[in-house]
Amino acid sequence: MSQTANPYAARDHARAQGGTVVEAMPIVPAAASDAPGPVIWEETIAPGGYATRRLSRGTRLRLVDLHGDGCASLLLFNAENPLERLNVADTLKVQWNGYLGAGKLLLSDMGRVLMSILEDTAATHDAFCGASSEVSNARKYGEGKNYGPHPNARDRFMLGVAKHGLGRKDVHPCVNLFKGARITDDGTILPHVGPFAPGRQVILRAEMDLLVVLANCPHVLDPRPDWTVTALRATAWTGAPAPVDDPIRTSTPEATRAFLNTEDCYAR
Amino acid sequence: MADPHLSGLPGPVVHDEVVPARAPWLHRVARGETLRIVDLEGNQAVDFLVYTAADDAERYCAQTTIAAQGNIFLKTGARLLSNEGRPMMTITATNVAWHDTIGGACSCESNTLRYGHHTKSQHACVENFLSANSHVGRGKRDMVSNINFFMNVPVEADGALGIVDGISAPGLMVDLRAEMDVEVVVSNCPQVNNPCNGFNPTPVRMIVSEAA
Repeated sequence: MSQTANPYAARDHARAQGGTVVEAMPIVPAAASDAPGPVIWEETIAPGGYATRRLSRGTRLRLVDLHGDGCASLLLFNAENPLERLNVADTLKVQWNGYLGAGKLLLSDMGRVLMSILEDTAATHDAFCGASSEVSNARKYGEGKNYGPHPNARDRFMLGVAKHGLGRKDVHPCVNLFKGARITDDGTILPHVGPFAPGRQVILRAEMDLLVVLANCPHVLDPRPDWTVTALRATAWTGAPAPVDDPIRTSTPEATRAFLNTEDCYAR
Repeated sequence: MADPHLSGLPGPVVHDEVVPARAPWLHRVARGETLRIVDLEGNQAVDFLVYTAADDAERYCAQTTIAAQGNIFLKTGARLLSNEGRPMMTITATNVAWHDTIGGACSCESNTLRYGHHTKSQHACVENFLSANSHVGRGKRDMVSNINFFMNVPVEADGALGIVDGISAPGLMVDLRAEMDVEVVVSNCPQVNNPCNGFNPTPVRMIVSEAA
């Protein structure tokens, strides 16, 4: 006899699934034994999956490339006014450098600091290539739809922003953490996609109240013929925003003014 | 004497306009038509966005374009791709070695970081883009990384990058063939704090020709 032939049996069948533990899942309530502060978010993002979260100013976000083949594609919005969002061109131009790493800022289109990169054991990141799409995945893997076996980052972003009432126009240029891109003299892009050693990590500090959207799909220039990506761990804990003497804040005149603009936004 | 700026266009001219220094410009270009941008006085950055006419949630995507061609520079033959991965326009000809699409647009806000708060009140490309787009129902959500024709942004081995002296000259041009019906939005860059306009914003000429 079927275990789900009537509502009572179906209820028991459903409830019996509770407590199952898999790798890619949120931990609720959030807990992590290896976090240095009160944990407010702990989630492992599936290969091909996505996650989104509102983070308060000062919160630390640690991303761990658990098995060395994750790709953390990242969108950021000002939670109070999502019209303000990550501006990748300004992020590079204002800092006079194209390569992200420890000490760098992620800047908004309003001249403010969205996040600071506090620690980085990976040093292979990419602000040039953007998100894979259904079209790019179809070209490489035969198809790339969200409901199929080869989800793409752009459509994952679309779902992530939709959970905040945002839409297609809000999926802005992104940065890709853990997968790298280097530029040669003639402008050629050299992708650096690993796989890498497991456990590389990046710790970011939220400098504003943020909406964070993460997608974990193969890098758009991953040369491997098979759709390959591994799980990504996200842990967030509470903390204070950058103090006046913060070494990243004082590292350059551009950074100092960006932090001043950020504080000006919260002068109320 | 024949107008040298009209030389080599594929068909009859259907639009011909000089965009003043510092001004925005918005124009529909039909599939098959060619838009020619002429850098009249040399090294004038032309900040450029393009939207699909039928659905402006589909728009130029610098990152998709860069990834697909595996290179950050836009040269003859470059296909300008949308966020849906579809070709919107093709650079069919240019006599400038390359054009930029990583530098983005100047804004009042980013100017405060780059040069100081004394520049906040200066006119900027984002102001032009917002102004032009406001006439057709678009707004801040429609601002994405743009193209900067006639602007030079090299990347050094250590990742250092910046807007440096231009590689254009008076009368140099770029031709863009529309691969779909599109709406082009331009800011004739007003920036005076870096060399993107040779510290002197100047007019540019926009010519649209039919297909052959």
